[in-house]
Amino acid sequence: MSSETATDVLDITGWTCPAPLRDQPRIVMGHGGGGTLSAELVQHVFAPAYGGKALAQLGDAAALTLGGARLAFSTDSFVVRPLFFPGGSIGDLAVNGTVNDLAMSGARAAYLSCGFILEEGVETRTVSRVAEALGAAARAAGVEVATGDTKVVEAGHGDGVYINTAGIGLIPDGVDLRPQRVVPGDVVIVSGTIGVHGIAIMSVREGLEFGVEIESDCAALGSLVEAMLAVTPDLHVLRDPTRGGLAASLNEIASASGTGVVLTERALPVPAAVAGACAMLGLDPMYVANEGKLVAFVPREHADAVLEAMRAHPLGRESRIIGEAVAEHPGMVVARTALGGTRVVDMPLGEQLPRIC
Amino acid sequence: MKYIEEFQDPALARRLLDEIHATVTRPWALMEVCGGQTHSIIRHGIDQLLPEQVELIHGPGCPVCVTPLEVIDKALEIASRPGVIFCSFGDMLRVPGTDRDLFRVRSEGGDVRVVYSPLDALRVAQQNPDREVVFFGIGFETTAPPNAMTVHQARRLGIRNFSLLVSHVRVPPAIEAIMQSPSCRVQGFLAAGHVCTVMGMEEYPHLAEQYKVPIVVTGFEPLDILEGVRRTVAQLERGEHTVDNAYPRAVQAEGNPAARAMLEDVFEVTDRAWRGIGVIPGSGWRLSAKYRDYDAELRFSVTDINTCEPAECRSGEVLQGLLKPFQCEAFGTLCTPRTPLGATMVSSEGACAAYYLYRRLGTTPAPATPREATGVV
Amino acid sequence: MCLAVPGRVLEIQERDGTRMATVDFGGVVKEVCLEYLPDLCVGDYAIVHVGFALQRLDEESARQTLELFAELGMLQEEFGDPWETAAIEEAAK
Repeated sequence: MSSETATDVLDITGWTCPAPLRDQPRIVMGHGGGGTLSAELVQHVFAPAYGGKALAQLGDAAALTLGGARLAFSTDSFVVRPLFFPGGSIGDLAVNGTVNDLAMSGARAAYLSCGFILEEGVETRTVSRVAEALGAAARAAGVEVATGDTKVVEAGHGDGVYINTAGIGLIPDGVDLRPQRVVPGDVVIVSGTIGVHGIAIMSVREGLEFGVEIESDCAALGSLVEAMLAVTPDLHVLRDPTRGGLAASLNEIASASGTGVVLTERALPVPAAVAGACAMLGLDPMYVANEGKLVAFVPREHADAVLEAMRAHPLGRESRIIGEAVAEHPGMVVARTALGGTRVVDMPLGEQLPRIC
Repeated sequence: MKYIEEFQDPALARRLLDEIHATVTRPWALMEVCGGQTHSIIRHGIDQLLPEQVELIHGPGCPVCVTPLEVIDKALEIASRPGVIFCSFGDMLRVPGTDRDLFRVRSEGGDVRVVYSPLDALRVAQQNPDREVVFFGIGFETTAPPNAMTVHQARRLGIRNFSLLVSHVRVPPAIEAIMQSPSCRVQGFLAAGHVCTVMGMEEYPHLAEQYKVPIVVTGFEPLDILEGVRRTVAQLERGEHTVDNAYPRAVQAEGNPAARAMLEDVFEVTDRAWRGIGVIPGSGWRLSAKYRDYDAELRFSVTDINTCEPAECRSGEVLQGLLKPFQCEAFGTLCTPRTPLGATMVSSEGACAAYYLYRRLGTTPAPATPREATGVV
Repeated sequence: MCLAVPGRVLEIQERDGTRMATVDFGGVVKEVCLEYLPDLCVGDYAIVHVGFALQRLDEESARQTLELFAELGMLQEEFGDPWETAAIEEAAK
């Protein structure tokens, strides 16, 4: 059944990537993992089909000029399972995910759209709980849901509730956040502990269940970004390291900026429970998702002041300098290990899975 | 975590490294057998901190990578069948068979599930009595007892819709095969600590004696690996070749008798092919006659799938340290981490995959400041 | 090959005629099968692989090993250890 559709539909001539998608005639889970497979899907399928100048930025949000205003515009879809997890729900994620994407371009989210895709048979009470969580998160983030849509799919065609949100916000004057502005010497700061959201979700996932005393770090980062920009508008780039974790975000920045990144591994803030779960499942905290953290590349002369401002903010109390941008090994992320060795922190291919060896 | 963090201490690592630097006078080639140790070595950059004379050859001890193509193809065939729930450890999902992997089977409608423990697969079978649940039983002596227990429990509880696709491998025959190779360069082994938690150390003295190689049972944290290297090098420098235990907190001489008894009951020794290496006599386990009913190969009649390994792949030579990855013609062209031909490219810690990644750095990673500071070369 | 981690036994119970334990891995708690280590007690540490306790962790032996490491190269101590200094500087950055 796969043979007719496999090679005929996709025209692979003219593809430039040395590892084309031809070995993946169907979508696999990894295409949504935020790693190499996701990037290839965009590069080879979406961008050629409808890509323009704005899409080519490939940032968390697009920066657009419209009627003289500089707008940040972003969309994100949420398919998390289970719908409710320690520390949050799909409703919180749907708001915070898009608000954070906008925040990474320096914009404070003004309006959101919200599309619900519901599965036939899902309890109305469940939808109501999700909606209430979404409303509370929007109020907390200071953003208004301005438009929405609802569709229902047949039973068995969805996981109860899927949500898509899109958002717009204004980018303040003098703010220009993109990886191309990163230069060697920039200091890399992370706003707190890593891996918390991914482990919180995994702990309640079917077949893996484990007890852990952590909750998702899901939070809206708009006010933290404002506090940072108040120190200087001259930050170089911000990312929220969601799927693919810190490793994916840093690799994207390294690759788009043409600089190398060197991390000091022992500076990475990893909570004990995340370290424990990762040891047990054979995961690397750097590849585990976050939902309320950001990573910033800051000019060296502003690093101390920005760090101080971040630590003064409730969402940035555990901010730390974890590394720097370097001229060597452009496009690559390298970690200095606690023992004094080095290792390459590669772009994840797809999703991370528990391993036994 | 207790008993992990203490064994990652940089200051103690430095003491071990100093000791190794002070001991070594000549070049030595050691093989760490286990993929978990290779992972730890790369993860912590240990190979860059050892004296230049100490070469670590990454051995064939990654169960995921050495699982033969033929067994992967059988797994893919079974997982594609309607009515089957195919359960596996996460690492097996992206190991390529001849033309696809388990992720792809899932995208084509197969019910492939990742489990943490084989007992979870048994639970899936209990919850889905109208479906056939198959567990992909791969691994070395460490993983074999959990899988054996699962089959034993299935039989005890009368769970008939459960079966095991078995591809278990054993370490000692692999060490023997490596040593028998006429061009073998390995002079000492870091034996796999977690294998020995189960099997103990009884299988090694005759190997050490016959091939005149030190075999040091070694753990997985950085200090454990350095201690394994230190003890192996010390033996080599003294001209000794005995079995030593550098992981005494987890390994007893007799191993785990209950687990070994279960292995005896559930499995029997068989010849087994290793991906990229070939058949090693007596190097595997299959279900014993008593448990044959639980053999997925028989239940799903896939015994006639016979896949040959690609001829271009020379990972067997790479595994023995005879060939550097870039000296292989397929390296970086036919064979990449996305389209691996052999074991050493399949695993991210495999020698070929590591070379593929690190060659982008342009050089081997720079020596760390601390080494410069002490002036040790 | 085999990712196995040390955990501490919190609680022991029978399930379906199988000896199981709740084991703590640095704040993460998971059900573990004790069939291969029937004598394991609450408070003991065990090496756990894919949900099975495979060997008791000998805490006394672990302590001795660390002591042995600490005694290595004691002579260099009085001259100061440039590695440690470098590591401390690195951490302070």
